[in-house]
Amino acid sequence: MIEVKHLTKSFGSLEVLKGIHCRISEGEVVCMIGASGSGKSTFLRCLNMLEKPTGGEIHIDGVSVTDPKVDINKVRQKTGMVFQLFNLFPHKTALENVTLAPAKVLKMPPKEAEERGRVLLTKVGLSEKADVYPGQLSGGQQQRVAIARALAMQPKVMLFDEPTSSLDPEMVGEVLAVMKDLAREGMTMAVVTHEMGFAREVADRVLFLDDGLIAEEGTPQEVFGNPQGQRTKSFLSKIL
Amino acid sequence: METVLKIYPVLLMGAAVTLQITVISVSIGCVVGLFAGLARLSKSRIVRTVGTCYVDFFRGTPLYVQLLLVYFGFPQLINEVQHWLIASYGMPQLVHNFVFNEWTAAIITCSLNSGAYIAEIFRAGVQSIERGQMEAARSLGMSHVLAMRYVILPQAFKRVIPPLGNEFIAMLKDTSILAAIGFVELNRRGQLIVAEIYDPFPIFFTVALMYLAMTLTFSRLVDWLERRLKTDDRG
Ligand SMILES: Nc1ncnc2c1ncn2[C@@H]1O[C@H](COP(=O)(O)OP(=O)(O)OP(=O)(O)O)[C@@H](O)[C@H]1O
Ligand SMILES: [Mg+2]
Repeated sequence: MIEVKHLTKSFGSLEVLKGIHCRISEGEVVCMIGASGSGKSTFLRCLNMLEKPTGGEIHIDGVSVTDPKVDINKVRQKTGMVFQLFNLFPHKTALENVTLAPAKVLKMPPKEAEERGRVLLTKVGLSEKADVYPGQLSGGQQQRVAIARALAMQPKVMLFDEPTSSLDPEMVGEVLAVMKDLAREGMTMAVVTHEMGFAREVADRVLFLDDGLIAEEGTPQEVFGNPQGQRTKSFLSKIL
Repeated sequence: METVLKIYPVLLMGAAVTLQITVISVSIGCVVGLFAGLARLSKSRIVRTVGTCYVDFFRGTPLYVQLLLVYFGFPQLINEVQHWLIASYGMPQLVHNFVFNEWTAAIITCSLNSGAYIAEIFRAGVQSIERGQMEAARSLGMSHVLAMRYVILPQAFKRVIPPLGNEFIAMLKDTSILAAIGFVELNRRGQLIVAEIYDPFPIFFTVALMYLAMTLTFSRLVDWLERRLKTDDRG
């Protein structure tokens, strides 16, 4: 589903990604962990070209994302993204947040878009909040709307960048629950997270990023239970 | 006091013209300013430069000089270019001694001037929207244009209402310069009456009060809008 070959990314003279190779197959849930500044967000953002890679190749669902001729808007429809700070559209209701892209990008008739929107809001447990503006929702609710919004484009892959790290502790669970449902339904997911419980329970594979490289990868049992590298060990000892 | 009562309706008509020219100019200025502001944010360097030149010129030169340039200068330029085209290329004559009437020159000058200020207002408004909004929209597959239109601009418009109101008030006062080309608005009305019945203090004082009444009304309106937008928890 996702194939990344020797991905590099520099900001000016700062080399953030130094050659990442990775494959994510259909239905797989991959969690990425790593210290702050190790390049997790940058990697995820390269996958849907929110950051333009400096070098290397990315293929998503068979399409070369990095090819300049490719219609990036089409590719992005296949990769839903959920941000740390939700980034909901504050001038639109929860339902409008979900229906905007299907209506304007896919030119879906309003009725159909609304129907799909309501189904998705129900799926994330917010059917009764359809007509509420983001400002009146809690952080956890906002993030669930953001997930519904991303799902509305029926993506093949969902990218999550620390979806729970700006939430109050009591709201983390409700968002993780929605993500677990998604994983169970077979969604392909790439998740940057420090929620080790979630990674253990849901991830098929854990990648440990260190200084712009994948320093270690394996099943959650392998990476958490029996880390090989020194950096992995010291990182895990700090957060577990 | 008597004179004031007599001239009052005449000055009111002048005030109506002042208001009218301001509304028209700022409206056109909004359209011009939107495009110029977006041009200043464009990825294309040429487009950006064009936008910047326009904004710099009209913000960096006096409105009075701009007015003279448009009213006297521009027609001369047109006539000479036409003359040259006829002489060198045998182009048929299109206009005979092109001139602007005061009204057209007034509208063009004030619109271009306020457009430059409004361009900066829009640019600041768009830039004040968090980067995450554009990213979220683009991540859903929306093009830059769609994202601007449905996500960024609607939020920016809300934030620019107060500064737009202030620009309106500034333009309302600045239109008094139009008297210089004989455009009969409020200030010119006052001057004409003074020329007729020499009684400058009450007449110009009344003119001043009429400007004040208009600017105060609009600044109250802007304050009220600002308060309403702040308490609006749609963010
Ligand atoms: N747009 C940018 N311009 C310049 N430098 C950037 C930019 N974005 C990220 N960086 C730098 O790249 C490095 C990696 O950042 P990134 O956000 O990918 O890290 P991260 O692993 O997601 O960290 P965190 O856990 O703090 O989110 C950091 O040193 C950061 O300062
Ligand atoms: Mg990050």
